[in-house]
This record gives sequence, C-alpha cells and structure tokens, in this order.
Amino acid sequence: MPLLEINDLTVDFKTGSGQFRAVDGVSLSVDRGEILAIVGESGSGKSVAMLAVMGLLPWTATVSAKTLSFDGRDLLTLTPRERRKLVGKDMAMIFQEPMSSLNPCFTVGYQIGESLKVHLGLSKSERRKRSIELLEAVGIPDPERRLSAFPHQLSGGMSQRVMIAIALACRPKLIIADEPTTALDVTIQAQILELLVSLQRETDTGLVLITHDMGVVAETAERVSVHYAGQKIEEQPVGPLFADPHHPYTAALLAALPERATGKRLPSIPGVVPGQFDRPPACLFEPRCRFATDRCRTKVPPRQGAIAGFALCHYPLTHGRPIGHPHPEGREVAA
Amino acid sequence: MLGFIVRRVLLVIPTFIAIAFLTFVAIRLVPGDPIEVRTGERGISPERLAQFRHELGLDQPVWKQFLDYLWQLAHGNFGTSTSTHAPVLTEFLTLFPATLELAICAMLFATILGIPAGVIAATRRGSFVDYTLMGAALTGFSMPIFWWGLLLVLFFSVNLGWTPVSGRIDLLYYFEPVTGFMLIDSWLSGEEGAFSSAVSHLILPTIVLGTIPLATIARMTRSAMLEILGEDYVRTARAKGLSPFRVVGLHALRNALIPVVTVIGLQVGALMAGAVLTEYIFSWPGIGSWLIESINRRDYPVLQGGILLVSGIVILINILVDLLYGVLNPRIRHAR
Repeated sequence: MPLLEINDLTVDFKTGSGQFRAVDGVSLSVDRGEILAIVGESGSGKSVAMLAVMGLLPWTATVSAKTLSFDGRDLLTLTPRERRKLVGKDMAMIFQEPMSSLNPCFTVGYQIGESLKVHLGLSKSERRKRSIELLEAVGIPDPERRLSAFPHQLSGGMSQRVMIAIALACRPKLIIADEPTTALDVTIQAQILELLVSLQRETDTGLVLITHDMGVVAETAERVSVHYAGQKIEEQPVGPLFADPHHPYTAALLAALPERATGKRLPSIPGVVPGQFDRPPACLFEPRCRFATDRCRTKVPPRQGAIAGFALCHYPLTHGRPIGHPHPEGREVAA
Repeated sequence: MLGFIVRRVLLVIPTFIAIAFLTFVAIRLVPGDPIEVRTGERGISPERLAQFRHELGLDQPVWKQFLDYLWQLAHGNFGTSTSTHAPVLTEFLTLFPATLELAICAMLFATILGIPAGVIAATRRGSFVDYTLMGAALTGFSMPIFWWGLLLVLFFSVNLGWTPVSGRIDLLYYFEPVTGFMLIDSWLSGEEGAFSSAVSHLILPTIVLGTIPLATIARMTRSAMLEILGEDYVRTARAKGLSPFRVVGLHALRNALIPVVTVIGLQVGALMAGAVLTEYIFSWPGIGSWLIESINRRDYPVLQGGILLVSGIVILINILVDLLYGVLNPRIRHAR
C-alpha cells in the first residue's frame, strides 16, 4: 500500500465571484523512499493539492476526494485534533519562501524544538541535543551558537536549511517540499536540493517535490506528475518522460527548456493558464495546443493507460506524433 | 542599549523647554491673573496690587519671567503654589499616586479586555461576533468621556446604587497613607471592609477612563492580527501540527503585539487628558482635579509645573514602551 494515496481530489474555493476549482480530480500516490515531482506552471493547483493533504487550506476551500489516505489512515474522516497529531510529525512541509516562513520573534532553537516538544514530549535538554543534531544534519556550521539566532540573522539558504531541520525534526514518513529552491540564489539551489535528496535517502522518507523547474525534476525526481489548470495531465517515470512525453503540454514544456532549444529562438507556449472565467468546456489545454481539433473543443478527453503516461488527451503523442490525429503534423498556433 | 537610553533622555530636554514655553504662554493668554482671581470683583487698592504683583514677580517683563522660570527649573525648582504656598513638587507627589492608581487600573482594564477582543474579532473575521465587538469598540471610542461618565454614574450609582458616586474610599475609613495607592493602603490598614470600599470606588472611574484605550487597543489588535494571520510563518506553525490556540495565541499574537504596544504607549498621553476629566467627574483627588483647580485660580506655578511633570511622565512611559518594543521585536533589539 502506498504511503500517500490520493484518488480524485478536488478543491474548490469560495470567491467573491463564485466557486473556483483549483484542483480538479487529481489522483496521486507516493511510496516510502520515493521522490515524486509535481510539475506545472503557476496556477496549476500543484501547491493547493498538497496543502489540502496537509490540511492547511483556509476555510474558504472545500476539499473532496474518493480516497485521501496517509500511512493507512483515512485523512478525510480524522478529527482536526487527530490530524494535527500527524501533521508536523509524520508528514512535514517545506515552503517556498524560507525568509518569511520562519517566525521573526522566536529563535531558531525554539522553532525547531517546538515540534519536538509538542509531538514527542522531549525534555528541554533532549530537545537541545536533537536540535543540534538536526542543524548538523542540514549542514549549518556552529549549530550550538545558531540555536539562539533569530531568523533575521540568517541568509535565505540558511533559513531554508532551518526549515528542512524543522521538517525532519520528528523523523517524518513523508516530506512535501513546495518549490523549496525557487526563492534562493542559483548557487544555493543545487546545495539545498542535494541536501534534501541525501537526507531523504538516508531516512527512507517519501518526498513530494513541487516545482516548475524541469532542471530540478531531471536531477532529483524518480516519478513525475505534470499538472495543468488543476488537473493531472500526465505521469511517468522521469527517464521516459524526458525521452517521450505523451501529453502535448508536457512536450511543449520540455521543448521550452533552453538546454533543448535547437533553433535561434527559444520555443514558448502561447497563451496563459485558463482562470476562473475563461475555462474551456472540454480539454483545458486545447486553446494553447498545436494539435487541437473540434473534438478537443467539445469532448472531455479520456485518461489514457500507463503506456501513454496516463495522459489526459484525445491524441496522446508517441515520439512527438499524435496518435489517431487527423493531421499528425499539427498546426502552428499563432503566439 | 545604554547609548540608546542616553540619547532618548537627552532628547527630552528640548521637549521640556517647548512644553514649558507653551504652558507659560497659554495660561497667560487666559484673562485674569492670580491676584485678580483672589481679590474678585471688589477690587483692591493699587498699592496692594502692585505689592502682590511684585511678590509673584508679575511686574517683570514676560520674557524675563520666562527666563527666570527656566532658570529655576534648571535647578530642579518647580516653584510654589500662589494659593497654598506649598511647593508644586510636594503637592504633585502627594496627589500623583491617586492618578497613577486610576491610570494603571484603566490601562489594565483596557489591555486585558482589548487584546482578547481584538484577537477573537480577527479570528472570526466577518462574523456576527466580529461585527458586534468592532461596533462596540467604535461606539466606545466615539463616546465623550464626560457624558459617558455621567451616564454610568446615573445608572449604576444613582439608579441601582451599586457603586459609590465619588471619592476614593468611604468616609468611614481613615488611615495614614503609606504608599499613596488606596488599594494597597486600605489592604495594609487591616480595617474590615476598607479594601472592598476602595475597590468599589475604583470601578466606575476605571471603566470611564479605560473605555477609549480599550476601543483603540481592540481595533488595533484586530487589524494587526488580520495582517499577521496571513503571514507565511503562521502557515509554518500550522504545518507543525500546533493547536489553533498556540498558532494564534503564541505565533501570531507575539508578532501582532509589536504595533499594539506602540499604540498602548501612545494612549498614555490620551489617558492623562482623560484622567483630568474623569477625576473631575468622580471628585477623584488626583492631579487632574488639581490642574483644573489651578486653572480656576490662575495658579501659574502649579499649572506650569504640573503640566511639565505630567509630560515628563508621558515621555518616560514612551521611552519604556520603546524599550519594551525592543524586547518584543528581536530585529530592533539587535539593530541598537
């Protein structure tokens, strides 16, 4: 049984102008010791889905799912109190903005020790010992002195290391990292990723890595789930995904990587992710897809099988060619 | 840190000179002087008038009077009352504990009720509770102290007879002041019923004086909390699986208190102004009544010295608030 199993997760937000569906029927699973990357543009609902798993969405959100289970426990039926015993202990989350994610009024030592006190009931000296251990593990020099430091005395990279230490404090089974390197300098990004992955290997935790950086995906992930406008549109192991993307969106994303560019101009995907008011009726990617047909505009695309990367598409690609498409060469969409 | 305190204290000197100048000018703009007020409409022979004027130094040019006054102040001499002939500082120190007692109670009342009210309103934003609390706060803030005080006296003291109308304690009790704080002195006296009498005399003045700070603190806490509750570190706290009480009451409130403490400090000035009115309504024998009396008597030294001493206290409290601000906010603490 997978560590985290999500089946048909939907999240709706109540807004001033009606309901907005941020996550639309997403299914995912993560095993112990596995790294799953969730990829997508801003607004694709990847963070919201994981915040729903953590139970961190505001009250304006409605979460529904067929299955939402973690470590054999059904998260949907837990009381808030029972759920708080899991969150921060067995599943932990690392956020995008390390500088603002630490409380400016408390020392690093206090913020690490807090989970140890609340979840494990460790004494003051035990907490101190474990906190020093954790700071050492995340590569912070002079950990004993750092315990009494305040967040404003730390750099962004250091703050993110502290956030990782907080996440690891209670030896979680699952870590969700929401764009953990986006706010950091490029030179620090690789260090933090390496650290995350090596700690994940050592402790055999499951890791969900939310990112929009395909480079990060290629370096770290084992399995990749590609999201678009709240839906999962493709899922494959990382190697095959880069070699043979099945959804036109994935293909376009990969084509937009500077490393893969062949011509003088860097290819881009025209248009933007649909919002609350311009949601297409059938395939959500259709307005931006170079292979879109009338069928894509009128009929909701089917979920393909494992062989086509579970692509949500009428004409999944195989080696760049859409199967069953009336004009397999495609058309150029005006940018 | 020490340098910070020294700098703040040195800045007080020009403020003091400005305040001394303003009160000096303002009281002299009011028609009449101490002698005219004392002699009333019957008049007085010109020779006697000149003699009195000379005794009080009022025959000197105004600029010289002011410089003389500053010279005295520089030597720590606040002058002597023209009506009681007692030193201003002595009178102030005798009366100040009564005002301080009232002010502390009012501030405690405002803080203890205001902060939780603001927190509750913020966590239930847009709900019935929020609208009720903030509506009440707006009403309290808009209430003229004089009218509000009389309203309470009329209802609780006159109609219901629950609380006394005026004074600090029942006339039945008499004991020598030890600290000047009636609550402590009545407790120390050991006389039966003295303490509860002192408490019952404090209730209405505390509410009247504390209403505006209460409303201000509640509204400020609410808006500070609303901002903080959306911060990333509050989400981090929730992601640790902490209870809502701990997330709101510790992680969010600790940050929200920084602006609230500033507001509490600023309220102290308003509190002194409110104390003058409140003491007058309740015949509270503090510096408020004393200052109003001094205006009526054109007692220049009392008014000038009294206001200067009150401003000194307001300034002192603001320095203390600044220091507390550093305790609450580590970023400030390290910047000093």
